[in-house]
Amino acid sequence: MEANEILAKAESLRNDLSTGFRDEIVKSLYTEAENIAKRAVKGATDKKYDFDQKVDRLVTSPYAGLPIMLGLLGIIIWLTVSGANVASNAIAFVLFGIGDWGRALFNQIGMPWWITGFIWDGVYLGLAWVISVMLPPMMIFFPAFTFLEDLGYLPRVAFNLDWMFKKTGAHGKQSLTMAMGFGCNAAGVIATRVIDSPRERLIAILTNNFVPCNGRFPTLIMLATVFVAASFPPALTSFVAAGTVVGVVLIGVAFTFLASWVLSKTVLKGEASAFTLELPPYRRPNVSRILYTSIIDRTIFVLWRAMQTAAPAGAIIWILANIHLGDTNLARAIADWLNPFGLLLGLDGVILLAYIIAIPANEIVVPTMMMVYMGAGMMVNGPSSNSAIFDLLVNGNGWTMLTAVNLMLFALLHNPCATTIMTIYKETKSLKWATLSVVMTLGTAFVVTFFTASIARLLGWV
Amino acid sequence: MTNTKTILPTEHCETCPAFTQLEQMGIKVGDFDRVIALAGNPNTGKSTLFNALTGLKQHTGNWPGKTVTRAEGGFEFNKMRYKLVDLPGTYSLLSASQDEEVARDFILFGQPNCTIVVTDATSLERNLNLVLQVMEITEHVVVAINLMDEAKRKGLEVDARSLSRDLGIPAIAITARTGEGIHTLLGAVADVIEGKIITKPLRVGGTPEFQKAVSELVPMIEQMAPGIPNARWLAIRLLDGDARVQKALSTGELGDIVSRQQRQDVQFSGKMSVEGRQ
Repeated sequence: MEANEILAKAESLRNDLSTGFRDEIVKSLYTEAENIAKRAVKGATDKKYDFDQKVDRLVTSPYAGLPIMLGLLGIIIWLTVSGANVASNAIAFVLFGIGDWGRALFNQIGMPWWITGFIWDGVYLGLAWVISVMLPPMMIFFPAFTFLEDLGYLPRVAFNLDWMFKKTGAHGKQSLTMAMGFGCNAAGVIATRVIDSPRERLIAILTNNFVPCNGRFPTLIMLATVFVAASFPPALTSFVAAGTVVGVVLIGVAFTFLASWVLSKTVLKGEASAFTLELPPYRRPNVSRILYTSIIDRTIFVLWRAMQTAAPAGAIIWILANIHLGDTNLARAIADWLNPFGLLLGLDGVILLAYIIAIPANEIVVPTMMMVYMGAGMMVNGPSSNSAIFDLLVNGNGWTMLTAVNLMLFALLHNPCATTIMTIYKETKSLKWATLSVVMTLGTAFVVTFFTASIARLLGWV
Repeated sequence: MTNTKTILPTEHCETCPAFTQLEQMGIKVGDFDRVIALAGNPNTGKSTLFNALTGLKQHTGNWPGKTVTRAEGGFEFNKMRYKLVDLPGTYSLLSASQDEEVARDFILFGQPNCTIVVTDATSLERNLNLVLQVMEITEHVVVAINLMDEAKRKGLEVDARSLSRDLGIPAIAITARTGEGIHTLLGAVADVIEGKIITKPLRVGGTPEFQKAVSELVPMIEQMAPGIPNARWLAIRLLDGDARVQKALSTGELGDIVSRQQRQDVQFSGKMSVEGRQ
């Protein structure tokens, strides 16, 4: 018996069947399920169920739904910002202290200067920076996020935002994939598998990067704390910083909608498809599982990945900074060469150099930038406080508020990290879409920062 | 992904032989005697059951669609080594989204020795749709009625025996979160695999003319691939015009499955540690 014969037979049999036979099958499935369930289940719903419904009516109401969502986002980010600040300073103090001690020890036993420099001012410094900048925010953000996830809040977010996605021609479940993107954009891209329609799935994949992941949060938090919030009274700084980060996240969401809309009007034309979304019952989150998932699976996983790129990045910067060219060094020379373009975007050459080195993992942008600014070799103490960072950037390297704002925008909009690009390629099996994801985001970042820089200059703000 | 052993909290007393029967093996699934698939609607606690059995810490989130790739782990029960495959949660096996295809392909083409369909005791009716569909594909099915604790809180009583009688397959009440009923479930799974329990899965009809069409196709499929276990389901899918099944038929994938199964050496990729992490 040949396969073709069977296919032909099935074809002819199907044509003989009455047109509604599919509906018949589905209907009999449902009837059967209903009858069996009726026989097996006894009892009625009680108060718990009513309570769930009451909560749902509130958190998914057209009026209270969005404010509650923003409130929760604000609380999580405020907890992260205010907690991370203290912890980051403490960790930096200890780690940079160890660095000083190690350097002194190496000097004492007569190590050649380049070994001391390579290890302590290159590799070790890169690691110390990444740990002190990244670990505290993640230790707070991930458990808080996982708590909401285990509680069952995420599907409610999807419910609240569905109408907006529909208007932009995208799928309502895209908000679930965006929520995953907060943790890691690569995870967000994988999560798009829940979207049935290939068109809408591609939109979700291509726009996921507009949600700042945990690798980029520390950059936003640092800039919001050191620059935006610095001019406010100390009692308000954490609120102002958190508000700024929430604002940046909202700008990212706005760009997600904009990009989704543009995509569904151009290369990915089509209407949003309908879908059913189950609102699962609220479940009491299991504390030990939350801690395990958020600390081991997420925090340590992301931190380990960052450390793997931070160590070689630290080494590269140290080498670049110690290859002397006349009275400058290679790192400076590259940064100077990039500088005109950087200034055009309201950034500078060092920032662009840091972004190029940080393509494998966005987490190391700030550490890389700091190391180039400080100039390896001559540095004794890492700036372990906010005022020291402010001093280094503003007085030492000519930063303005525009630089800080544009760096936040750039961090939000620029190309996905190498891991995410690889994931996009694997999920779409297409070089075209992987390339578009880079071109689209990087293009947006260039255009937006150029735009804000030009306006600021025209108005004479900088 | 670590492999920490935890003693399952269970209501069985320690003298019960079942108490020591289960050994969690984490991701050490190199050698295994049997393969079990975990299917079910989203949010019914498949990953929780998976973790309880394997001792792994696959992330369980309270939203439909948490598991989009399949995760694999192992455990030992009654001196038999089992490989457990956690499939994405789906409402049906009919549509074409990727997570549903992962689930369906595995049950159909992965040929597990037994499939556990995890259901939510608090919304059994909706969950039974999937159970009925899985039963169309394979006779080796056991239903796990999970979230019994939630059902109790809501004042619902679920009669597992009535369900089992109606479906023609074992139906076991469990609470995966606490480990309650898990040993009974594994016992039933082993019995189904060993043939100690002969299942008689309920087949949902359709019109007489449809039944006739199916019965014309089944012998043709069986003739092409002798020994194929789910000719009836394939016939139904072909009548429905299912592109994936049509492709599997014309590329010879179906024939391969049968010969592979007859050689009894089904090989799977060990992607757990990479793909299972989300």
